[in-house]
Amino acid sequence: MKNNLLFRWTLISIFLLTFGTTSIIQAADTIKIGIAGAHTGDLASYGLPTVKAAELIAKTVNAKGGILGKKIQLLVEDEACKPELATNVATKLVSAKANAVIGHICSGATKAALRTYKDAGIIVISPSATSPELSLSGQYPNFHRTIAPDDTQARLVADFALNTLKLKKIAVIHDKGDYGKGFAEYAKIYLEESKDAKVVLYEGITPGAVDYSAIVQKIKYSGADAIVYGGYHPEAASVVQLMRKRNMKTIFISDDGVKDQMFIKVAAAAAEGVYASGPKDTTKNPLAIAAIAEHTKAYGIEPGSFYLNAYSAMLAIVNAIDKAKSTEYKAVHKALRTHSIDTPLGKIKFNDRGDAIGVGFSMYQVRKGVYVELK
Amino acid sequence: MNYFWDLFLGGLTRGSIYALIALGYTMVYGILQLINFAHGEIYMIGAFTALIVASMLTMQGLTGLSVLILATIVAVLYAAAYGFTVEKIAYKPLRQASRLSPLISAIGMSIFLQNYVMLAQTSDFLPFPNLLPQLNFLDSISSVIAPSDFIIIATSTAVMIALTVLLKFTKMGKAMRATAQDQTMAMLTGVNVNRVISRTFIIGSALAAVGGILIASHVGRINFYIGFNAGIKAFTAAVLGGIGSVPGAVLGGLVLGLAESFGTGYISSDYESVFAFALLILILIFKPDGILGRSSQ
Repeated sequence: MKNNLLFRWTLISIFLLTFGTTSIIQAADTIKIGIAGAHTGDLASYGLPTVKAAELIAKTVNAKGGILGKKIQLLVEDEACKPELATNVATKLVSAKANAVIGHICSGATKAALRTYKDAGIIVISPSATSPELSLSGQYPNFHRTIAPDDTQARLVADFALNTLKLKKIAVIHDKGDYGKGFAEYAKIYLEESKDAKVVLYEGITPGAVDYSAIVQKIKYSGADAIVYGGYHPEAASVVQLMRKRNMKTIFISDDGVKDQMFIKVAAAAAEGVYASGPKDTTKNPLAIAAIAEHTKAYGIEPGSFYLNAYSAMLAIVNAIDKAKSTEYKAVHKALRTHSIDTPLGKIKFNDRGDAIGVGFSMYQVRKGVYVELK
Repeated sequence: MNYFWDLFLGGLTRGSIYALIALGYTMVYGILQLINFAHGEIYMIGAFTALIVASMLTMQGLTGLSVLILATIVAVLYAAAYGFTVEKIAYKPLRQASRLSPLISAIGMSIFLQNYVMLAQTSDFLPFPNLLPQLNFLDSISSVIAPSDFIIIATSTAVMIALTVLLKFTKMGKAMRATAQDQTMAMLTGVNVNRVISRTFIIGSALAAVGGILIASHVGRINFYIGFNAGIKAFTAAVLGGIGSVPGAVLGGLVLGLAESFGTGYISSDYESVFAFALLILILIFKPDGILGRSSQ
């Protein structure tokens, strides 16, 4: 019985709580920013830091009098990264007349919700959805993000191979996994777009296999100057070691999965000179240091995943509304593309596809046992 | 032609490792009709022990061949002790049980050992030092055969010859063969069957440890999970050659290694494991007992 009573009270308080929030929504003239993402469930740890970032910025901005003379009001909605819930959340935010949305967190949920926002003319900035098709397809002009889409890494690696290293014959190898193969597929497309270079080999290897000698021989006889490898560090370490043991000087270029200190530890001397792409180093950015300190001060813990991306997204939208002097879709849309702003991720603005320029990956090279960012 | 030769050597190298591990499966099966699924883990433990010993010796300032030999001796002893203990704990109490029980117990042992090493050591990949000696005369032939390939093939051949001599010409070998043919009859003629079984496990485990050290030096990294893939492939090799047959395991290992190497080289590495298992199915269709397997009627 006691449990039952408790349950009832919980229900009543939840009801009151929701009721309370909606009544506030109706009340003041504010700038409403929807914060949508996973705040419960398995992936809550990806979504909650975004709420924290938004709260911190809203507090700072409101303390200074808000934007355009209005206070920022956050509409926090949970969709647990589930596409079917995401569409509900989107409808809810549209009917609550949100001026912009920071979110969603997962690519699938973001995709599901985008159409609703597009029809209602609401700007969306996701801190974490990396699926390339969200911006590549051009279907959602209202979509922006402060994280690099998965294919930019492949683009960066391909450009680096073609323009900086001036390679002509390239072997593209991957580990058959979602991440590695996705990267390799894009890398292959971008390499083949250039007429100067040729992809001489495109193959997958089996992670955890006993030996990789056969594929190494195949690479050797393909005459490739370089390998672009999509996958993680354990297999990369074996392949590089086997190549160096056979005195092959083939250049090895890989992705974020290999840009890991473990790779250098395992491959040891063979790792020297290997190139890999990885997220730009933000640890020295004073704004990032300040943003993290702000979080630690307010909540007593270090921020979680995508915190800096969300922080930057929030700064960008506040700045765009301020510069556009309006919350009207077209003006804000334009402002996001024309006015750059200093954020913890660096100086950013958005390109035509809605991807943030200046956010993303750099090339690194192993020099004397550490990854060094190449400028 | 050169490409063919390189692929051939690569396949032979990989095949001789498979063969070394497959011998353990086939010998145990020959005597107990038991598939020792924990055998892949013994191989992994051998490699881990060698890594630990080699790191300790290197810290003491030793280098080169002495590290390799000492690490190998310790690893072989350690792995043999594990093989011996696994048999005593997991299989001996179940010897009279139905054939399914030891099989489940073997799978359990395999999972246990994997997780034990993961918890006691690390779940990360570890670099494995290249222990194979850099011999001068190998440099002169390095255009024909890579030094590490040569060492792996030569060592495995030597080990397999030693095993054959042991089985054919010693009293212990005779007892093992007798037990494999008819356990009850062997017991009646005064063969200590329990001892023979223990020795089989010890020998099989020692071979697996040698295989583990060779391949880990070659590939340069290990973790707690390497035994699984190697074990599955070696088991396939044993079945391919005819499980229970010692020459069959060697042949099966080599055929499997070559098939994978040529499959990768001439077709595509995406389907490496597919070649291995397609070959297995093909051979089992035409020769259900494996290439050199004795017909079980």
